[in-house]
Amino acid sequence: MTLSVTMTVNGKSRKGAVEPRTLLVQFLRDTLGLTGTHVGCDTSQCGACVVHVDGKSVKSCTMLAIQAEGASVLTIEGLATDVLHPMQEAFRDNHGLQCGFCTPGMVMSAVDLVRTNPTPSEHEVREWLEGNICRCTGYHNIVKSVLAGAAAMAEAGGHD
Amino acid sequence: MTDSDQSGAIGTPLRRKEDLRFLTGQGRYTDDFNRPGQLHAYILRSPHAHATIGAIDSAAATAADGVVAVYTGTDMATAGIGGLPCGWGITDKHGKPMVEPGHPVLAQGKVRHVGDPVAVVIAETRDQAKDAAELIEIDYGTLPAVVETVDAIQPGAPLVFDEAAQNTCYEWEIGDQGAVDAGFARAVHVAKLDLLNNRLVPNAMEPRAALGDFDAGTGDYTLYTTSQNPHVIRLLMGAYVLHLPEHKLRVVAPDVGGGFGSKIYHYAEEAIVTWAAGQLKRPVKWTADRSESFLSDAQGRDHVTHVELALDENAKFLALRVSTVANLGAYLSTFAPAIPTILYATLLAGTYTTPAIHCAVRAVFTNTIPVDAYRGAGRPEATYVVERIVDVAARQLKLDPAELRRRNFIAKDAYPYQTPVALQYDSGDYFATLDMALKAADYAGFEARRQEAASRGKLRGIGIATYIEACGIAPSKVAGALGARAGLYEAAEIRVHPTGSVTVFTGAHSHGQGHETSFAQVVSSGLGIPVANIDVVHGDTAKIPFGMGTYGSRSLAVGGSAIVKAMDKVIAKGRKIAAHLLEAAEADIEFKDGQFTVAGTDRSKSFGEIALTAYVPHNYPIEELEPGLDETAFYDPKNFTFPAGAHIAEIEIDRDTGVTSVIRFTASDDFGRIINPMIVEGQVHGGLAQGIGQALFENAVYDKASGQLLTGSFMDYCMPRADDLPNFDVSNNVTLCTHNPLGVKGCGEAGAIGSPAAIMNAVADALAPLGLGPVDMPATPEKLWRLIQSHRPAQAAE
Repeated sequence: MTLSVTMTVNGKSRKGAVEPRTLLVQFLRDTLGLTGTHVGCDTSQCGACVVHVDGKSVKSCTMLAIQAEGASVLTIEGLATDVLHPMQEAFRDNHGLQCGFCTPGMVMSAVDLVRTNPTPSEHEVREWLEGNICRCTGYHNIVKSVLAGAAAMAEAGGHD
Repeated sequence: MTDSDQSGAIGTPLRRKEDLRFLTGQGRYTDDFNRPGQLHAYILRSPHAHATIGAIDSAAATAADGVVAVYTGTDMATAGIGGLPCGWGITDKHGKPMVEPGHPVLAQGKVRHVGDPVAVVIAETRDQAKDAAELIEIDYGTLPAVVETVDAIQPGAPLVFDEAAQNTCYEWEIGDQGAVDAGFARAVHVAKLDLLNNRLVPNAMEPRAALGDFDAGTGDYTLYTTSQNPHVIRLLMGAYVLHLPEHKLRVVAPDVGGGFGSKIYHYAEEAIVTWAAGQLKRPVKWTADRSESFLSDAQGRDHVTHVELALDENAKFLALRVSTVANLGAYLSTFAPAIPTILYATLLAGTYTTPAIHCAVRAVFTNTIPVDAYRGAGRPEATYVVERIVDVAARQLKLDPAELRRRNFIAKDAYPYQTPVALQYDSGDYFATLDMALKAADYAGFEARRQEAASRGKLRGIGIATYIEACGIAPSKVAGALGARAGLYEAAEIRVHPTGSVTVFTGAHSHGQGHETSFAQVVSSGLGIPVANIDVVHGDTAKIPFGMGTYGSRSLAVGGSAIVKAMDKVIAKGRKIAAHLLEAAEADIEFKDGQFTVAGTDRSKSFGEIALTAYVPHNYPIEELEPGLDETAFYDPKNFTFPAGAHIAEIEIDRDTGVTSVIRFTASDDFGRIINPMIVEGQVHGGLAQGIGQALFENAVYDKASGQLLTGSFMDYCMPRADDLPNFDVSNNVTLCTHNPLGVKGCGEAGAIGSPAAIMNAVADALAPLGLGPVDMPATPEKLWRLIQSHRPAQAAE
């Protein structure tokens, strides 16, 4: 059985045919070709697939595509346009990524942290990122990046 | 979003070139590739640890919606497909070759571990393949399984292979047993310890994937795969498994999401999708679920060791005696035999002058997932043995562990230093890195912090580990004599384009290490051109001359040296062209900062002018010199490199919960010359997280009766998370490698090598006032809580 689903992805209306069991991340990657969102596990633990749904961070492996009917989805491809988002820039300045696989999820998750808590402490950053696993960085530079990104976002005046 | 402003000088923390694509979702990992007409493969794996395979009924699966083909081990055998080869042969202590059983691509007759691949279903969609796999009926005859390392050698243990008596692959030894016995005979003190080095799951964040493609018009095969070394895969798969010549087989390892060793090896799925693409004349893709990664990626460590250290009246080490049983799992993975031997026992001198060392290793098969190199590969195991027993000796002799180490360090002026276990260290200064770490960790102030923690009811401990690492296995001739079935050089090509920009082709492979940046810095410094004008290309056998890939912290020491050698050739040719243009003798041409200059004059030509002349040879010494500026070099190292350092962990154990918190972690390392300090620090951070993970969190646990991997997901296998770790204090002391042109030693694995022993020495230190210990890794809350609960005040006095 296939169903039709329509949602706004990175500002554009996108429509596709999915099975009831199709996950949002499968729709993004396989149907729309937005391969910046990654799949790192099958138990909703690693956070490589984090995107924003209606402004909030969501593990897109934990949501069915049809549950996003009518929603507005933002993926890593849509976060920056001409210039990097301050959080992306902070990850780059602070070497907050190595292999890059967990990075889109980390960045999307971090942007949502700053939305809910504009001035997080190091402890709060570490707690927030508990659902995003990185095997390369030991988190040291990710935490540094998120703190720098939060400061830069505050300076940019609530740039989202 | 360009980066043309960045200086590329060696030693500058240049922001990474590769980051722009990773940060914007433009990275291209294997699973991101899709080919027109692509089919999807699903691998059906054994649910049993040990069983005979009877009839396989795949009729219903073959008839299911979307299914194009179902293949089993019998089909592979009929097609003449070979087994997965082992790349390293060990000769045992009696001079006989190791037992080397076959490793079929799909199991034939028997399955030997949970997750052993049995059949592949290929369908239009992945879900269809997966659904159909459930329809395959297999008549398994279950057999008793052997899971634990020490159980494998017990009389009557189930045999994984009939040809491997007592499940033994080899018994191997190194060192002078007589000299060791003599050392123990005159010892004033002997320290003894039994240790487990826990089995780990590498868990690179990108699950393995493979996409096979076949061009029916040309007969060319292409494999996209998550590999650290595409040429090695091409060689092994082409020559041994599919019998395809190299010129008809292209292997691409695009962006790869971490490896840590687990993506070195040639895996069954790579051969299956490549072969199936040829059979079906359509591309075939396979991507692992994380659960599959747990059951099919080679795992790491898993040693059971007894160690004894003999000391004289001045606490100088006289002799070290080590006996290890190493678990290889159910099959020989590509480099498995080398890990608990050549890469382990040769490191047992550590940073010390121990004059006599003997190590006996017995490697065993079990009904578990194969074990091979994982970050550090043998060297963390060796460091753990040495540094734990040194601490035990210090405690027993009531000596400061730092002082005992200093007393036994190899002297600063003793290089080159020949150890009793084959290696010759070229350079180092272990006193300097230890002093640096002690100072940074405020070692002197620790007792006050212990008291303060005690007032809060916490057990605080500090632990030191020094380590030595041997990187860039070499030279090829020596590696060959030790059993390597491949050369261990590296290749590079420097292609200078007519307008002076440069493409560097390297046989090393980057899966997070930042080669596109650090290698560009090497070339920028060497040729005097901006980093923005340099691209580093890796991971494609159709583009790179050849390459052995990236593992063992070899990329810069071996691959970087090949780049320097190729640059030297470019500069030598450029000098000839410049001499012609400037009407000077070649010997008078100097090359510096991108300018070819007649010595002592201001007459010069830029690198760009020389490049253009090479491709537009109107005024050119065409009789003596070919046009063009494109040079290839292969570099075979003269020796290993020997990074070293000192790690200090400070931890607190909560007596009520058994939870260990890492309060502070200090690492002072010597990696030789540093090209990009930002990248080096990042490498250390990541290694530390994996080492701390091994010490406190991670453990691959198998059910002893059934052989099921109990820790088969991120919900069961404890990966270190952001809130489990502290910030790290990382510093460097540089002594140059003496035998490669950059003076570099390698930094990729060090963090994972020193840290487990540092953490566990800190745990031992925290528990010492209670008279408790020793504790094996991982020091989980449950383990420590039980231990602390068992403690009675009467036992406290030590």
